[in-house]
Amino acid sequence: MDTRILTNAPYDVDKVRQDFPILTRLVHEKPGRPGKPLVYLDNAASAQKPRAVIDAMAHFMAHDYSNVHRGVHYLSQVATNLYEATRVKTATFLNAPSPDTIVFTRSATEAFNLVASSWGGAHLKAGDEIILSVMEHHANIVPWQLLRSRTGIVIKVAPVLDDGTLDLDALADLLKSPKVKLVSITHGSNVLGTVTPAAEIARMAHAAGAKVLFDGSQAAVHMPVDVQAIDADFYIMTGHKLYGPTGFGVLYGKAEVLESMPPYQGGGDMIQTVTFEETTFREVPHRFEAGTPPIVEGIGFGAAIDYVTALGMDAIHAHEQRLLAYATEKLRAIPGLRLIGTSPTKAAILSFTIEGVHPHDIGTLVDRAGVAVRVGRHCAEPLMDRFGVGATARASFALYNTEAEADALVDAVRAVREFFN
Amino acid sequence: MFDDLRDLYQEVILDHGKNPRNFGKPENFNRMARGENPLCGDKINVYLSIGADGRVQDAHFDGRGCAISQASASLMTETLKGKTEAEAEALFGHFHDMCTKDDHEHTDHGPLDPEAVEKLDVLSGVREFPMRVKCATLAWHTMHAAIHGDDKTTTE
Repeated sequence: MDTRILTNAPYDVDKVRQDFPILTRLVHEKPGRPGKPLVYLDNAASAQKPRAVIDAMAHFMAHDYSNVHRGVHYLSQVATNLYEATRVKTATFLNAPSPDTIVFTRSATEAFNLVASSWGGAHLKAGDEIILSVMEHHANIVPWQLLRSRTGIVIKVAPVLDDGTLDLDALADLLKSPKVKLVSITHGSNVLGTVTPAAEIARMAHAAGAKVLFDGSQAAVHMPVDVQAIDADFYIMTGHKLYGPTGFGVLYGKAEVLESMPPYQGGGDMIQTVTFEETTFREVPHRFEAGTPPIVEGIGFGAAIDYVTALGMDAIHAHEQRLLAYATEKLRAIPGLRLIGTSPTKAAILSFTIEGVHPHDIGTLVDRAGVAVRVGRHCAEPLMDRFGVGATARASFALYNTEAEADALVDAVRAVREFFN
Repeated sequence: MFDDLRDLYQEVILDHGKNPRNFGKPENFNRMARGENPLCGDKINVYLSIGADGRVQDAHFDGRGCAISQASASLMTETLKGKTEAEAEALFGHFHDMCTKDDHEHTDHGPLDPEAVEKLDVLSGVREFPMRVKCATLAWHTMHAAIHGDDKTTTE
């Protein structure tokens, strides 16, 4: 992991919370019944938005809005400059070598589909192998299955150990096959919280002659990411989990890898010239961005990067690790509670089950205490099967959560046990 | 902490959730369907034994799910016994209305067994929890599929 110098300023979570308007609201308010303060622990599904992001989007629409990349008029240039500034910010955020290695998509899911369709379509043939892990989100499974049904590629699955750590020995075994062309693995599991050793995985994959893709949808939110240090060929992240708007995703790709890929979707903005006989395409990354892009969302995402950068990803990481340690200890003390995912390298995501109580019931009950958690399969059905559970409850922490909120979760979970006893 | 949840989780529901009746795959049955709620991962099998007279002689279920879905399946198997297919479907129609609509919006699904209606009323609290309606109706959708010979159903 990145070891930049930790910031010395103490992390003032109370001050941070004031940046998020939604955190002051009450839930389950009814006439004659006071509401409960919101304890938002569903951040791995989507994070709340700071005022800076909300204002940037509103201000852009009120003052600077226009389509981008095509007009000669004043506002078109203003909007293009602002939108492209987000590309520069994103490159800096991921320590990518150039903004031209940053492709904007409408979601992380679209980024996976882009790589599978474009890179996979051009470089993989029947019998070629790709390696996923058992803890992948469906977004890093299904696009490859669609490609498999078109091309006949073979999907291999790297297992995890009982604590949710990626089984590197098994991965090494899978990499012995000369047919492996790609390892596509999460950098941080949305269910287990497991942070995978990305640099090591990349070394192993490259030694075997394979490319490597990391799903950073969770990891890039919780810690500093340096795509050059880990030597990723592809790195994918999403905007809405990084306190930005929905409808915005990022695909980083090494320049030479992106250059080797045909367009994904066709349309406006991605072309140089079009005739009915022949069309030529724009340079990377614009070749992969067909149609009017998510402009307002891009402005919001840029503001989100500015926001977390000002706080410092190291400081955010340290704060969340304190919360993780605190909540883990408290939850573990609850009889009948099973934590799913106890890897030594974890993001602040806690999946659990309670003996005799279905996660769905846990979710409904703790919600009444104002505590928002996710329950279900978390778009990771194979992982549920791996751990022999139909579903889990999941509390996921963000930069604005507090120890008091972890206490609220623990109190609510204890009350759930009593309710069903 | 959860006082206002007692409407949803009534004692009868907690009881049936913990100790479901007619649970397990029976030796004899002639209709069966598997139901699944992909959102929460609940899976259920409903086994029916329908006699020559067209009446449900026996109903069982197995599978896993939340307290609401387990209790609903358990209560359903109890109320189905002795019903014709048409009566079972009418009860499903009523139950679905009860979980999703206000009383005055209920439609006529045909003659209903008042005893069964009363028994199922403990689940009416689900109406206030739209996200949980599918938990309560999963068993019924699966029963419907079993009667109609579809071996798989989903509440999606």
